[in-house]
Amino acid sequence: MHRIDYKLIEDLVPEGATVLDLACGDGELLAELVREKHVHGSGVEISEAAVEACVGKGLSVFHGDLDEGLADFQDGSHDVVILSLSLQQLRRPRMIVREMVRVGRLAIVSFPNFAHWGVRAQLFFLGRMPVSKEIPYQWWDTPNIHFCTIRDFRELCREEGLCIEHELYLRSVGAPPPARPIAPDLMARIAIFAVTRC
Amino acid sequence: MSERAQDMQIGDVPVGLDADAGSAGIVRTKYVTFDEAGRTLDLEGGGELWPITLAYEAYGTLSSARDNAIMVFHALSGDAHAAGRHSANDLRAGWWDVLIGPGKALDTEKYFVICANVLGGCSGSTGPSSIDPATGKPYGTSFPIITIADMVDAHLLLLDHLGIGKLLAAVGGSMGGMQVLELAIAHPERLHLAVAMATAARQPTQAIAFNEVGRQAIMADPNWRGGHYYGGKPPFKGLAVARMVGHITYLSDVAMQEKFGRRLRDIHDYSFTFSADFEVESYLRHQGLAFTNRFDANTYLYITRALDYFDAARRHESLVSAFRDVKSRFLVLSFSSDWLHPPYQLKEIVGALRATHKHASYYEVTSHYGHDAFLLEREKMEGVIGAFLGSGARTFAAPG
Repeated sequence: MHRIDYKLIEDLVPEGATVLDLACGDGELLAELVREKHVHGSGVEISEAAVEACVGKGLSVFHGDLDEGLADFQDGSHDVVILSLSLQQLRRPRMIVREMVRVGRLAIVSFPNFAHWGVRAQLFFLGRMPVSKEIPYQWWDTPNIHFCTIRDFRELCREEGLCIEHELYLRSVGAPPPARPIAPDLMARIAIFAVTRC
Repeated sequence: MSERAQDMQIGDVPVGLDADAGSAGIVRTKYVTFDEAGRTLDLEGGGELWPITLAYEAYGTLSSARDNAIMVFHALSGDAHAAGRHSANDLRAGWWDVLIGPGKALDTEKYFVICANVLGGCSGSTGPSSIDPATGKPYGTSFPIITIADMVDAHLLLLDHLGIGKLLAAVGGSMGGMQVLELAIAHPERLHLAVAMATAARQPTQAIAFNEVGRQAIMADPNWRGGHYYGGKPPFKGLAVARMVGHITYLSDVAMQEKFGRRLRDIHDYSFTFSADFEVESYLRHQGLAFTNRFDANTYLYITRALDYFDAARRHESLVSAFRDVKSRFLVLSFSSDWLHPPYQLKEIVGALRATHKHASYYEVTSHYGHDAFLLEREKMEGVIGAFLGSGARTFAAPG
């Protein structure tokens, strides 16, 4: 499937930048960035199988656990640090955001917006934890342990002294964003934030 | 340069009987002697050595473009026999048979895989037990101190002889990993892919300490006679003790507990003597004894010395600057229970490579086998190594 969120992230990455992709999975986004933007890219990933897939694509990847932080990465060593749709799976998401702006100049974080109307509707009307196409897990068996909303993330940026360079909203990873976003807090399923230290 | 008569063909892996599927088959060790007049090998410690004989084995076929050669470097007690068997009666295959063979991670259907006994070794290459042509007697401790850099220079003699200008890959664990790092740093144009595992950029203090215990055991054996014991009884007891100590460092607490526990060997209760009551004692004694049948005590001294001297950053300001000119892509692997070279030592290598923006991947294998894991954990390693070699092969351009 053509991932619009990847395309939007790519548009935010300067040509030839040094890029670190956290929880990079099988390296699909990283490989696209190398191909389209000629970045010097590398990833961090916890799954053996996913690391192997990255290596098979010719990518540099560090087999590691993000919950331990980015201790092996130097300050300001990267132009861009990306965390795509994984913030909510981390044990210490605030620590990671802090680490991202320590290691990189620009941090790009995309996450599912837990205040989307569909989530609110399931909670409000059904009184059930939301299960959807994007969040297909049951509450007792989900890797998504730290959901947040767009407003939550804006507040986190304020508390961490981060300036929001870009905020983008998607209804889904497959559909292009609306030209004029309406009530993104309610309508956006996915948000993409590009932030720097102020 | 001369060669022993019958061992001439490159890529010659005779078809033979072998019960193992995916085996490199029946293989033969080959020997090459470099003895041209007017040449010498200058050693890092200041001496020189010439002529030099190297024992090696090769599996698979070298491509016409000479772009599929992979050299494997052995560790302290290894030798050229990395894969296959010497005869159908051999009980054991080569030391890295788990990784080398048709369809394995180092696929001999695709790659030409070479392994040479290191300079200073005792399994066919020139070492302290070899005859010094100047005296007609074994070198003994007149053999010069050799380093990892000297071992690599000797390997290059072999690669030049085989017509391989640039290796597709160099792969090694432990001391083999040090040779990979040294090759990548000192001869960047000769290597495309580097796979280093269970190793370090510089020999750690604890490892030096254990090696010193081993050396002291050998030198304390009255039969060592200052290293000039050939023709008499060798310092077998000292060498056996050295091996016992070394062997413990290759295992892990969990693995030893699982394998032996506190089980007694064939007796119902303690013997209240110093004989080998426990299975683990018997096992270590056997390991020590078996080692003396195939390994030379002086080689143990020389090779552990080379290990202890190894520091990839020695001729540079730092490890980061040592890696500045490397041209190869790296895959660095660690093993979780390896306490001789724990994961942090491999991360240090990757960290230094990243600092110079080199292409480097790090992979940690979860294993309870300890340092020995790199010889054993086939299923856990072969995927990532195979993927690394495969993708690297696509970007490789051999020199014309």
